[in-house]
Formats: sequence, structure tokens, C-alpha cells
Amino acid sequence: MKNLQRLAKISGQRITRNPYHALAAFLVMFFTFFVVGAFVLVSFGSNVLLHYFESRPAVTAFLKDGTTTDKVKSIQDTLAKTQVVSKTRYVSKEEALKIYKERNKNQPLLSEFVTADVLPASIEVSTYKIDDLSKVASILQKNPDVEEVVFQQNIIETLSSWTRALRNIGGGVVAFLLVTSLLTTLIVVGLNISLHRDEIEIMRLVGATAGYIRTPFIFEGIFYGAVSAAVATTVLWGIIAWFSPALQRIFSGIPLFPVSPAVFGYLLLFEIAAGVAVGVIGSFVATRKYLMV
Amino acid sequence: MINFHEVTKHYNSITALADVSLEIPDSEFIFLVGPSGAGKSTLLKLIIREELPSSGRIFVGNTEVNKLSSSQVPHLRRRVGTIFQDFKLLPQRTVFENVAFPLEILGLDDDEIESVTKDTLALVDLEHLADHFPGQLSGGEAQRTATARAMVLRPEVILADEPTGNLDAGSAWEVMQLLDRLNSLGTTVIMATHNMDISNSLPHRTLEIQKGRIVHDSKQKGTKSPAAKKKHS
Repeated sequence: MKNLQRLAKISGQRITRNPYHALAAFLVMFFTFFVVGAFVLVSFGSNVLLHYFESRPAVTAFLKDGTTTDKVKSIQDTLAKTQVVSKTRYVSKEEALKIYKERNKNQPLLSEFVTADVLPASIEVSTYKIDDLSKVASILQKNPDVEEVVFQQNIIETLSSWTRALRNIGGGVVAFLLVTSLLTTLIVVGLNISLHRDEIEIMRLVGATAGYIRTPFIFEGIFYGAVSAAVATTVLWGIIAWFSPALQRIFSGIPLFPVSPAVFGYLLLFEIAAGVAVGVIGSFVATRKYLMV
Repeated sequence: MINFHEVTKHYNSITALADVSLEIPDSEFIFLVGPSGAGKSTLLKLIIREELPSSGRIFVGNTEVNKLSSSQVPHLRRRVGTIFQDFKLLPQRTVFENVAFPLEILGLDDDEIESVTKDTLALVDLEHLADHFPGQLSGGEAQRTATARAMVLRPEVILADEPTGNLDAGSAWEVMQLLDRLNSLGTTVIMATHNMDISNSLPHRTLEIQKGRIVHDSKQKGTKSPAAKKKHS
């Protein structure tokens, strides 16, 4: 324990004595973790968005007049057997009128002449996966009691493909930046090893173990990774909090903003863990490559 | 006891040591003399496993040096203190911190480090300079600091590679007296020097090395050093 404190002190001295190296490493890693954090949040947000649209009734089957309750039950049972349907809801003519009136409450003239008889009863269907929407639509279209089927596959498919593309591009950019950060750590720690060559030689001659010589450099890598990840997440948090009211208006009705502090808490833990991993791997490779101990 | 059994060391095509066999009993003070490039420093480096022999066997006590794994080498180096011509002090550490450094590596607590370091500084008469940095010291003081660092772990052996090479005559004599005092306390001292005046100043065993071979050992009576012969002729 005492030795760890001493090694941490040596590491701190090396960082403060080479502030430009430290700043370079910090900035590169800060940028990486800022972008990583942004992609994680966008990915999280797009998932929420997709889930929101997926959970809306995606297929609506308008029923012919005179469809009995038994027949409605039969259609719902048929859909349940497919095991791809998450929810079905029967909307009677009366309910349809209620919904119509609610939607047009500011235009009483439109509601005045409409009665329940004019509006068709319907079944609203949600599926677990959007890929199953066309299957459900096809089943409903074949049913003789169904007048018309409407479904929003295109909107959800487009959203889904955007989310997939975002994840792929994001994953690629994040991987590239992580490798850059890893190499930066390796170069900065390698330079520090070179600067402290005399000190390392003296350490070896007075009986320091390889672990004792390596550890301050590993600490140095951990410091760059952890601090830059923590600062990047905090800055990201501040930016999102600042723009939250405006974003809340744009995405009104979708539970995206304000982002819960728990999300940022997890993001902070994830980023610090990733930062420590990058720091440890980068400095470990540097000590293996440049330290002849 | 340090033993060399038919030790040879090549650096590519250059032979630094050729078939050297040697026995150094505990508590002996021994001078390694010879011109630059004779193989003195190589012999010292082999003792602390900074170099490996091309052939032959080296023992420090019961430890066969060339068979040590790299993780065991630090333990050997804690038993063998080293002093160099260029002092090899850490410039950003004070005299006290330089001397305390090997104790820190061992993981001793602060009180013990302070006590042992103060005792060691008293032995080399440097307590009054404990807070000075190496850049503020004279050559003699810097070498005494390096000597204190070498002896702070109370090693069995001290290796001194040209410790007086950068010093004026007065400081060199101070360092020699210090090494002699350490030897009188039971530490084996092996000192490499190309200065025959230094080796002649104290009545200790002298090994003369030339072109990687021991050409004279003052312990073996009746032989005369080639350097001495040259001087007399």
C-alpha cells in the first residue's frame, strides 16, 4: 500500500513535469470519449424513439359493419396464435366516435353531423418486431370481416434502418478513435520512458523490480484515460442539459428529454472503465516495447 | 565469496573477458586495475547480472548469477551495492531522497526509512547536506552520496567503477577512506580503477587486467605486475 502511494507520487511528478505531453494525451482522449459518449447517447435515444414508434399501434384493420363480437374475438385469437403480436385492441364504433370528437374538439362543426354509424369499428395491432407487420397485415387482409388494412411499415422501417446505420457508422468511428487514443497513450508513455531513461537505469541498479519500474507508467496511462473520460462525460452532460428544454419541444410526446441522471451515471461509469482500459493497455504496451526490464 | 569459473565474455567479435577464474573471499578489498577497455567494467557488470557471460559460471555467495531468472535479479542487486564514476544520482531528488530510494523500493515505512537513511548519512558525514540537490554538491560530496545509497541496504558487496575518476585528489582520497572504512565494517569492496596511484595508496589485493585477461594477482606471491615492471624499467 505504501509502495502504491509512492508509485502514484512518482507518476504524478512525471505528469506535472511534462505538462505538454499530458495535455496532448488528455485532449486526444477527451475528444475520443466525447464522441464515444455522444454516439452512446444518440444510440440510446434512437432506441427509445424506435421503441416509441414500435409500441404505437402499427396495423389498423377496419371491420365491416355488422361484425359480431365473436368474430372480433376470433380475429384476435388468430393474431395471438402467430406469437408475433404484442398487443391487440378492439375499437368499437362508439369509441371511434369518441376519439374522432376528441381530435376535432376545436372544430365542433366537423363533429356535429358525425354519428357512430358512419365510423367503422377497428382492431389496432402492435407487433414485437416491425418485420412482422406485413405478415400481420396479410393475415388481416385475407379475413372476410376486414374491410381495409392500414399499416405504417415504411415509417418504422426507415427509422430502423437509420438506427442501424447510425450504430454501424458510430461503431466504426468509435473504434477508430479508440485505436487513436491507444496509440497516443503508447507514444506519450513511450516518450516519458525515454525522458526518464537515467532514472530507470538507477532504479534497476538499486534493485527495483520490473513491476516497480512499470507501475508509475501504467498509473500515468490510467490517469489520462480516467480523467479525460470523466471530463468528456461531464461536458456532454452539461451540453445536453443546456439544450434539453429546446429538444423537449421538438420531440414532444416522446419520452426522450430531459435525459435521466441515471443514464449519465451509467455513461460516466462506462466511459471511465473504457478510459482506464485504454490507459492500461496503451501504457502496458509502451512499457513492454520500450522498457528493457 | 565471489567466484568466477572460466568466464568469457564476447561482444560480437570483441573479447572483453577471456577465461577468467577468480575467487574473492568475504570482507576483502580488491582493486581491479588496468587500462581503459581492459575488461574491468565488464567484470563488475557480470557480478550484478547487467551482462551475461558468453561462457563460464559466476557465483555471489551460493547464488549462481547467470542462472537467475530476471525476476530474481533485483534481489541480487539489493545484496550488491554499486558506485559509478558519474555518480548516477537522481537530480530532482535531494541527498536524503537519493539515499532513501533503495529503501523505498523495498517498501519500508517512512519512520524506518528516515532512521536508516539518517544513520547512513552520518556514516558518510553528509547529514548537513541532506536537503541539498545533487546539482548543489561538489564531486566528492556527490560520490559520498552515491556511496551512501550503495550501502544503505547494508549489502554484502560494494562494486565501485572508477569512483574517483571525476574527483580531485583531495575528494578522491576522502572517497577511498570511506570505502576502506566500509570494508573494515565487513563489506567486500571491489573497486575498478585505471589509476595505479590510487591502488598503491592502500595495502589491498590488486588484480591487473589487460585485454580481458588477469595478468597479475598481488595475492599470488612472487609475481610482479606488468605495469609495475614497466614503471621500474
